[in-house]
Parts: sequence; C-alpha cells; structure tokens
Amino acid sequence: MFKRILIANRGEIARRIIRTCRKLGIETVAVHSDADMMAAFVNEADQAFLIGLAQPHASYLNMEAVLGAAEQSGAEAVHPGYGFLSENATFAARCEQLGITFIGPTIAAMEAMSEKVPARNLMQSAGVPVAPGTAEPILMEDPEKALAAAAEIGYPVLVKPSAGGGGIGMTVVENPDKLLSALKTAQGRAQRAFGSGAVFLEKYLPNSRHIEFQVLFDNFGEGVHLFERECSVQRRYQKVLEETPSPALDAIPGLRERMAQAALQAAAAVNYRNAGTIEFILGQGGEFYFLEMNTRLQVEHPITEMTLGVDLVEQQLRIAAGEPLSLSQAQLKPRGHAIEFRVYAEDPATFLPSPGTLTVFRPPQASQFVRIDSGFEEGDTVTPYYDPLLAKLIVWGENRAEAIERGRQALADFKIEGIKHNLSLHLKILANEQFRLGRYDTGLLNRL
Amino acid sequence: MIEVKSQISGTVWQVLVEVGQDVSEEEDLLILESMKMEIPVSAPDNGKIVEVLVAPNQPVQEGQVLMRLEQS
Repeated sequence: MFKRILIANRGEIARRIIRTCRKLGIETVAVHSDADMMAAFVNEADQAFLIGLAQPHASYLNMEAVLGAAEQSGAEAVHPGYGFLSENATFAARCEQLGITFIGPTIAAMEAMSEKVPARNLMQSAGVPVAPGTAEPILMEDPEKALAAAAEIGYPVLVKPSAGGGGIGMTVVENPDKLLSALKTAQGRAQRAFGSGAVFLEKYLPNSRHIEFQVLFDNFGEGVHLFERECSVQRRYQKVLEETPSPALDAIPGLRERMAQAALQAAAAVNYRNAGTIEFILGQGGEFYFLEMNTRLQVEHPITEMTLGVDLVEQQLRIAAGEPLSLSQAQLKPRGHAIEFRVYAEDPATFLPSPGTLTVFRPPQASQFVRIDSGFEEGDTVTPYYDPLLAKLIVWGENRAEAIERGRQALADFKIEGIKHNLSLHLKILANEQFRLGRYDTGLLNRL
Repeated sequence: MIEVKSQISGTVWQVLVEVGQDVSEEEDLLILESMKMEIPVSAPDNGKIVEVLVAPNQPVQEGQVLMRLEQS
C-alpha cells in the first residue's frame, strides 16, 4: 500500500479521501488555490501546497502545478477525486511519466470513454444497448444529412455535444423546423465549453429515468458490480437527489440483473480498472440504453457504501496499489435503502447560484444512519469559483419509507443561513406523491 | 434606456454584442459564469446597445449593471 498520496481536488471529496487514508495509515498531501487557504481539507491533510489562484485553470486544473507538488511532497500516487483532472487522460499520462500512480483507470480506457460518439460505437460493437442515434458527429455544412438522420431516428431527438457533460449544450428538438437552429446553438455552446463543437443526435426518450451501475475492476481482469443508483431527480440535467435501490428496477423482474450484466460488459470492453460508473437511460417500457461511462469516483458514491458496507475509496486505493479485488459478486448483498440529498448553494426555485458567507452552517447530528460529507464549516465563504455543492446528506433506512422519514428529519435539523440553499426543495421532493410512490422520472423537478 | 443587471455574483465569461449593435428581445447579450454554470443574460427588449460596462473575466456582483440599451 502507498505511504503517501496527493489529493488533486478540494472540498468535501478531498476530506472524504483523507478520512479513508487516515484509516489505512496513508499520509495525505493537499493542493489548494488561494481561495481555499482556510478550507477544512487543507487543514486536515498532513501537508498542503498552495498551487495557484482561485480560477480553476490556474490551480486545480493546472497539471504542472499539481505534479510539482506531488514530486516535492514525495507522494507515490495521486487521487483525482471527481471533476477537475479526474477524467483527463493527458494528466494520467503525465503522472505515469513521472512514476506517480494515477488512482483510476488506464489511459486507454479513459480515452475510449471520453468522447460520446466513439464510446457509443464501441459499446454497440460490445453488445451493450445504445439509444438510436448518429454514428458520427453532425457537421454544420451538411444540414440535409442532419435532417435525414433525425427523420430516421424519429422526433423528438436530443442534440448532444460529443465531448464534455453536465448537460451543457443539450437540447430537445420536437420537429424538423427547429433542428437546424438547435444544432447551431448546441455547436456554439459545445465549442465554448469544451473546445469542440462536435454534436450528435440521439433518440429522446420522454418520461425516462437515469440509472447508473457502480463497477470495480482490479488489474487482473476481475470485476464486480455494486448495484445501481437511481439518479432521475435532476435539474438542468444535473443530479439533485439519488437513491438506491431504484424503485423502478424492483418493478420489472430480471431488469436489475440484465442492466448489471450490461454494465460489466461495458467495462470489460475497455479492459476497465478501478472504480467506474455506467450510466443508463431507462424507458417506460423497461428498455435501457448506455449513456456514458464516468471513469472516476462519483459524487453520489456514499449511497452504495451505505447499503453495501464497502468503502469505495479504500477499494480504489487497494486496486491502484496492485492488490487483487477482495470482493466477490456473491458476497455483495445490498441491505436497506439509502438516499443522498445534494445541498446546493442556489436558489431553490430558479436554481441560480448563490455565493456568500455561511453565517450559520449546522448539519444534523451524524450517526450510523445519517452521514454528512461537506467541505464547509460555519463562517466559511462559498466562492463563485467552484461548484455549488455545500454538503451531501446521506441517510439510510431498513426500507425506503424509513429512509424517507429519516431524510425528512435530518433536512429539518439542518440549519443554513447567509446564502440561498435548496433544503426546502428536498423537503418538497420527499413530500411529493409521485416520489413517495417511487414512480418518477427526470421530469419530476420541472413538474414540482 | 434599459439597464441590464446581473442576477448573480460571478465572472463575465463572454460578451456577445458590441456598442451600436441592434438586438432583439431574448437575444443573448453576454454569458456569466458562476459555480461551474454558464448563465446567459438576454436582452429584456428589442433595442440598440448603448454601453457595455464589463469585459471577459471581470468579476461582477448581484445587481451590478452590465450593459445599457436603448429601446427601439
């Protein structure tokens, strides 16, 4: 096992990685921007390096600054967390060049999954279902081809950037009249956000759900799935609340197992290693399609940890250190129900960001049923430079009803003042009839 | 004269129009960035851009005037 690792991230995920390192006797090295001078994760790490200004490109995305700190500190490995450099194959390659272990998949697997169009094609040839769509990016010079492709797929179609994620540049197009202007807008947005204007068309499934499967693979080709996470409660294509198990998969016999097998097939097709997540879209009739693979730890990984009793960061570290997988599929039996609430610094109605000072920040009492992962403490300032996640509140219950009730109490006990936040939105979701019945889809928040 | 104000605290990412340019209602005038989100600011009415008060990478506060336009 490693003696010392560098965490190339910030906030709650940096603290969460530090916790597991402590447990395993691994020293931690934090890197931080000048805006995070006083942040809790900087204080908690064994060593800390100031690597740049607040803007992400000057610090957390600055590969050479991160690697410089890694070399200076004598770290043997780098944990990239999520976001920032976590899915950057160039960064993983630079680590390798310097003899530093990148805690994640192989460079080849990252590259294979990084662009959606080639990833879709690869999955199709591996026998993993993908939604009807274009096998090549749509070029603006060829509007006739785009119209023909959309007609073949059938309206409504979804225009999606091939690079990037987070829903940026995605548009639903209802009819041919709107296709060309939607393509133009999406290409512009994709170009601005990801440096590539490549977009493609995919069948739009109304009233669908987003369900993802966690997988773990070691360096010897052994892999397991750790069941699903239901991620359909979204605003602007971004997750707000996740739960496991998914009420949708209980409703159709054999569906969970079929999706799990497809997830393992998807990972095996790229000789996957370490922790990864396969995202699927699930239609009303139980049909499911590969959306993308996240080649890193997910924000919502704690709900899997709550129902399976597995420390995913520990598994990541052990795999990266070359240990064989110690988990077998047969022993992975989820117990109870877990829900994660993403507490965001944003207006609960308009979803607009709300930076500012946390004059009051008092999370509910943690217990074996209630977990709080947060990068903030009372008095901290939430800056506009990074994502709006204030805290992840995770609750567990013997069953879904108990988890919902525990969530309701924990949300009511959570006190935040000084900025706008979405605690009230979470309470509204829990009170919603469709949510309580488990019969909801990605449109839930828009109808609330 | 209409003042176009920022609804949020953040940074100016891109300015999409120039002084003297005619714009139509709901046309994007500039894009702000805050907390990893791009937030387009659009024209509240048809008009002509009279003044652009911000530049890319400039931090802005909630309520700050970003542009002025003359209704047409």
